[in-house]
Order: sequence, then structure tokens, then C-alpha cells
Amino acid sequence: MSDRIKEKLEILADAAKYDVSCSSSGSNRKNKDHGLGNTGAGICHTYTEDGRCVSLLKILLTNHCIYDCAYCVSRKSNDIKRAAFTVQEVVDLTINFYRRNYIEGLFLSSGIFKDADFTMERLVLIAKKLRREHNFNGYIHLKTIPAASPELIHEAGLYADRLSINLEIPTDAGLKLLAPEKNRKDMIRPMTYLKDQLIKTKEEGKLFKTTPKFAPAGQSTQLIIGASGESDQQIITAANYFYNKFNMKRVYYSGYVPISYDKRLPTIGTAVPTARENRLYQSDWLMRFYGFQADEIVNESHPLLDLDIDPKLSWALRNMDRFPIDINKDDYQLILRVPGIGVGSAQKIVAARKFGPLHIEHLRKIGVAINRAKYFISCKGFLQIYADKRADLIKSYILNSSKSKYTSSTTQQLQLF
Amino acid sequence: MREVDLYFDGTWEGILTSIFEMFEYKIMPLSLSHTAARQKGMFQTAHDVVSQQDKADRVKKGLIEKIGRNGYLELWHAFLSELPDVPLLIIRLARHYFQSEQPERLNFGHDLVLRLKKIVKSVSRERHRMKAFARFQRLQDGLFVALIEPDFNVLPLIRKHFQDRYADQRWLIFDIRRHYGLYYDEHTTSEVTFADPGNLANSRTLVDLYAADEPLYADLWKRYFKSVNIVERKNMKLHLQHVPRRYWRHLHEKSFGLDA
Repeated sequence: MSDRIKEKLEILADAAKYDVSCSSSGSNRKNKDHGLGNTGAGICHTYTEDGRCVSLLKILLTNHCIYDCAYCVSRKSNDIKRAAFTVQEVVDLTINFYRRNYIEGLFLSSGIFKDADFTMERLVLIAKKLRREHNFNGYIHLKTIPAASPELIHEAGLYADRLSINLEIPTDAGLKLLAPEKNRKDMIRPMTYLKDQLIKTKEEGKLFKTTPKFAPAGQSTQLIIGASGESDQQIITAANYFYNKFNMKRVYYSGYVPISYDKRLPTIGTAVPTARENRLYQSDWLMRFYGFQADEIVNESHPLLDLDIDPKLSWALRNMDRFPIDINKDDYQLILRVPGIGVGSAQKIVAARKFGPLHIEHLRKIGVAINRAKYFISCKGFLQIYADKRADLIKSYILNSSKSKYTSSTTQQLQLF
Repeated sequence: MREVDLYFDGTWEGILTSIFEMFEYKIMPLSLSHTAARQKGMFQTAHDVVSQQDKADRVKKGLIEKIGRNGYLELWHAFLSELPDVPLLIIRLARHYFQSEQPERLNFGHDLVLRLKKIVKSVSRERHRMKAFARFQRLQDGLFVALIEPDFNVLPLIRKHFQDRYADQRWLIFDIRRHYGLYYDEHTTSEVTFADPGNLANSRTLVDLYAADEPLYADLWKRYFKSVNIVERKNMKLHLQHVPRRYWRHLHEKSFGLDA
């Protein structure tokens, strides 16, 4: 018995690992009636050897699937070991892992067996059992199965903290090529339903304290990077669209890990585009926390992100006329635009300058990366250096004064051309 | 203003009392050290602070009025770091706060303030790590035990977190470096010490007391940890940055009982 559960766990955790989301924050479910668990601490309980956070028990209910999406390891035509958990097995694993402080909760997804509703029903049943029978108040993230009925999605929202549907392929053309059986509309419909429900619950919550929680950590989605030849502009534009149109809490970017000899995809052995993935996350942060518009980061004349420098520095070099920023006078929003100054440093600068003008030494102690910032700022006793030099020269000065962790991967790319 | 070396009993009350007496006796502190470190013959410039609850309470109240509850907690968190320069840093900052009209806590251009923020950040990081890395092991009598060895004395800072979260199970979190722990009996949490730590000496000696299902779940966790890793993305530098080696000996997935 215990050997079979060990094997199942290995198969179904392995199959779930390409879903990069492992967030457990954004919800503040309290421990109620002396029960088990609460939510909101956003803790990573360990990290895998690839450096990713492990916060949740992330598994598939089953990896049996009626679909044959080329990019997916669980596709019907793939010759792999198949397994399925029972509802009770998932509940027991979650509770016992949680009680030992291994995890913040459960992230449950599934291959689609029989049909969408049949699969969705079982996911909901597990969440319901955890909440109702075990008074479990830890985090639950459920995958919404495309084309599942609104009633089931609604019920899922009553028990889960977060719901998500992965778009996976950023472009319609790519989806048609790689997952011809899948229909973009089947994914968009539940997203729209969730967005409306989330807004409705929020408004009702303002009026009635007793309004039941509905997916308090909102909805998220994932885009696979580097499987269908899409440009960074297409990815960032898609992400921006989903943030604005569907109030997404997060859009995740997952560098494609080759798992197939399918001619339509990068072959096995191709490097995972981790540098590009990192630049996309930096761009995502610029949009969410730094007040950047999507088209400031990528646009028709600049459709690809630089791999050798971060997108904020790249924007600054393309807009040298916007600098220097005066550290002691300019607004917070402008200080945020300076390469080498993050949100934390910008807040400290704005607080500290009330006590007196800041010098370059102050900035260094606050934690500003002076080697980059010095080309874009002025402050007490310091003028922007090389204000008259061309952007490409400044770029080379910066690259020479720092060592990127991606140096080897970018030089490899350059050699191709 | 006399320049003086201060000595105290190592407690937080002692620090607060030192702040009181610094003003009471118009002292400019040159150092603040534990009484045990005091050398005979230095009496000319030395002042012994004897912890007094009423003085400590008045300073606490005054600090909270001046810099708010968060400002006060910042100083206490820094104290829990147990770093040698921290007692003096705290009383110097207290003097600075009391003597200024401005909300000096936010003066990130000030060296003492920056040093404090840095220490508070380290303590906060260690607190967070203990919330993350404390691993309960279930014993035969149903007690869940976690052994920890934090860099700083963060047990007081994680008490509420574990009490709120694990309200329906009995648990003990024991700091084996500082020889004390927190015990929760499903109603209240109390501080405990043991004359003889016995099986609590380290994680391996606990194994004899395991509940029947403990080895199964420890093993499942290790398998889970291996299975979610993506080999093609291996990045040990990042891994070690997040899970430094010094924490491994209490993590199932990284060390003890791991099959070779």
C-alpha cells in the first residue's frame, strides 16, 4: 500500500512541476474554531535544486488525459507511466504534510479524464472535504479545467484561495499548431466568469460582513516561453492584456523544458531559456510595481528584450533625454525609473531627504547600485557623469563594471550570428 | 556629561534601565557590556546598571510615545540578534530619538539608523526562516516536535505564528543552541527548559520516539522534494542561497535519514 502511494506521488508531482506558480500569499484566511492552519504568511518551506520555491504540495490528481497537446508531458500519445490519486489520498497527504510544517497548502491540478466537468467535480470535492471535514484553513490553489461549467467553478471559488487557468501558448497561431483540440474560448470564458464573481464578491463584502469568501487570492495564469516562436512583445502584450482585462493577480512565465521529439517544438537537449524568462519577470515587475507601460518596455521598434541588460536599464538607455533625475527634488515615480534604484531604496530616499540633502555616499549606504545609477542621477555634490556620451558607450561602461550571471548564456547566443 | 563604561545583566529590562540611568546620571556611554565581562580595576569610569522594572516600564512607555510601537519593537528585535555591538547601539539610538524633534527612525542617511535597520532585517530574515524550516516530527504520544538552531534568538518572534496556525495539535519547538523551547498544549503556549535534554539533543535521537506513520511521511516528503525538481534547470548556487547548508541538518529533504 505505502509503496504504491510513494510511486503515485513521484509520478504525479513530476507531472505537475512544469506549472511554475507556487505562490501562497494574497489571502488571509484565519484559523477558525480551533482548527488547522491559516493563510497569508507566504512561506517557501524549501527550495528545489533548480532554485524554485516549494510552498505548496503541487500535484496532479491524475496524469491520464484525453488531450494531446504537443508541449505537455501528460499528452495522450506520450508513452509514460500513468497514475491517479483517490480523493482521500490527496486529503491525507495534504493534512499530514501540513501538520509537519512541510507546506502552506495544496496546489491541485489534473489531466482531463472523461470530460471537463467530471474532472473539475473531483478537484472541488477534495477542496470541500479539506475545508468542511478537516476544518483546514491552509492555502488551496485549484486549477480550473477549461470548459468546466460555471456552477462548478463557482463552488471551487467557495473553497479555494486561488483559481487559475493556464493559457500556456501566448498566441492563437501557436495554440492552433500545438494544441489543435484546445479552444481559446474555453479558457477565456471561465476567466471572465471568475473576474465578474471576484468583483461582485468584493462589492458585496463591503455591504455585508457575512459575504462568503470567494477565491480571496484571485486568479492567475501561465505562459510558456520559447515553445512556439513568439516574440517578447507578444508575450508582454498578452500579459498586460490579462492583467488589465481579467484583474489577474499574477501572470507566470515558464521557460519551455523540451520533453518531446515532436518536430513542431524545440528538440530535447535545447537549453531552457532561463535568461529570457528572468528578463520577462523583470518586465512584469516594472509593469506592476514601477509604473511602466507595456509599450515602454517592448514595442514595434524594440520587440525583443535585451538579454545582456535588464529591461529598466534598456529603457533608460533608449531615453537618455529623461535624465538626470535629481535625487533630492524629483518625485518618487521618477526616482523609481533610475537603473540601480529599487522600490526599497526609492522609499528610503524619499523618507531620508526630508532630514537634509543626500550625498552619493548616503545613496551607497542605502543600497543603491551606484555603478549603474551614477549615469542617470544628480544629487548633493554630484553631477551625472558622462552626460554627453552616447547610450551605447554608457552601456559598455556598465557592462564592464559588473558581471552578469548570464554572461555565458548571452555570449553563446551572440556567437550564433 | 561623564563618559562611562556601562555594565548590565544581559536582559532587555537591563537595556531599558540603562537608558533611564543614562539620562538620570547624565552619562555619555562609551560601552555597554554584560557584567560578566567586567574587569576589576576599571571602577573609575564604570557604572553598574541594576535592572529595575519601574524604570524599564517608564522607558518603554516613553519610547512608544516617541517612536511608536513599531519603533520600539525594532529596538527589541535588534536586541534579540545578541550581536556584541547591539546594546550600545540601542541606547545611543534611544538617546538620539529622545533628543530629536524629528521622526529620526526614518532618517536613512544616519549611520546608527542604517546599522539598526540592517540588523533588524537580518533578524527578520532568520525569523522567517524558522517559520519555514522548523519541521515537526510526530511522536508516539501525538506530540509534534521541531528542533531548531537559529542564528539569532527568534523563538519569541515565531510564537504567535505557530500558535495561530497549529491550534489543534500539541507541539514543542526547541532551540537546541539556547536550551529552551516553546510548548503548546492546545490552549496556551509556554516557555520550557529541561535539566537534561535527553532525546531532544538532536534530530537523530528523536527517531526512537517516532509515531508509527512518521517514517512514511518523512519518506514521502523526500520523494516529493526530488520529484518536483527540474533537472534541466539545475541551479545549485541559487539553491544554496535560499537553503544555506547550516540549516540542512534539521531538514529531512536535505540531510538526516536521506538514502545515499
